[in-house]
Amino acid sequence: MTTDAEAHVHHPNYVKIWAILVALLIVSVLGSMSHVRAVLLIAAFGVAVVKAYLVARNFMHINVEKRWVPYLLIMCLLFIAILFAGVAPDVMKHGGENWIKNPLNQPVQPAARAATKNE
Amino acid sequence: MSASAKPIANTRSGTGIPTAKLITWWVIASEIVIFGGLLASYIMHRIGHPEWADAASHTNTWAGAFNTFVLLTSSLCAVLAHKAADAHDGPKAAKLLRLTVLGGLIFLTVKGFEWTKDIHEGFVLSSGGFWSFYYIVAGLHGLHVLAGMIIMLIIAADAAKNRELQRVECIGLYWHFVDIVWIFLFPLLYIAR
Repeated sequence: MTTDAEAHVHHPNYVKIWAILVALLIVSVLGSMSHVRAVLLIAAFGVAVVKAYLVARNFMHINVEKRWVPYLLIMCLLFIAILFAGVAPDVMKHGGENWIKNPLNQPVQPAARAATKNE
Repeated sequence: MSASAKPIANTRSGTGIPTAKLITWWVIASEIVIFGGLLASYIMHRIGHPEWADAASHTNTWAGAFNTFVLLTSSLCAVLAHKAADAHDGPKAAKLLRLTVLGGLIFLTVKGFEWTKDIHEGFVLSSGGFWSFYYIVAGLHGLHVLAGMIIMLIIAADAAKNRELQRVECIGLYWHFVDIVWIFLFPLLYIAR
């Protein structure tokens, strides 16, 4: 039984929201057939963000939750952004002005091997 | 069962949110970090390795789209179950929860066929960076779907007897989150090539 402390949420027309989500899914599938990169990316990720927002707002009722609930979730997303910003340069770039990333299958250089032994 | 004999999570609401729901939000917050970390790693590697596009082109967009449709529909059933629980209609909520479980079962069956085909074609976990991410991320998501189905069946059994109806909303929140994760996995693994 629902407790007294729990506020009853207003239930919108869920079938209508589901129909919008399915229409957006069709848009993303049609967009995936495009050879224009910008169209493909918007159809894939732009539509995904809209779909996620609709599910969070209407199915999870995040808009009527206590304010700190969305803040908590946004904080977790910020942690991911920090992770991305900190690690991405190393992962996405294969070389810079004074450095180059060694391929994984390249044998270790003798000097590097000696340095490892001395440690 | 009297109110005083109930577990504290069912009755207490110290933060203004029933404790069981509060715990569910914390679980979702931690899941955001788990899946967010995996997806962020995938995006970094995907941008750094344009050659992964060849591997990504082997995934079946139609299977991914069908599974997205199935999960969206199961989410609809979950939220309708929440609505029924709010109206104190336990049997209807239980029926809708079982329909949600059916959606999860269809999702996992399609994934099973998809993986069988991929493995027969020689694309396994060790076939390259893309396939490692593909199996780990989709596999972890599949495990979450399976866990949600099991919990939902347990909650549905109680709900059918008009017991512990507040749990219907909690499992619904979890299920919608699993749906949102798939909403992002679909373009990452099936569309972006």
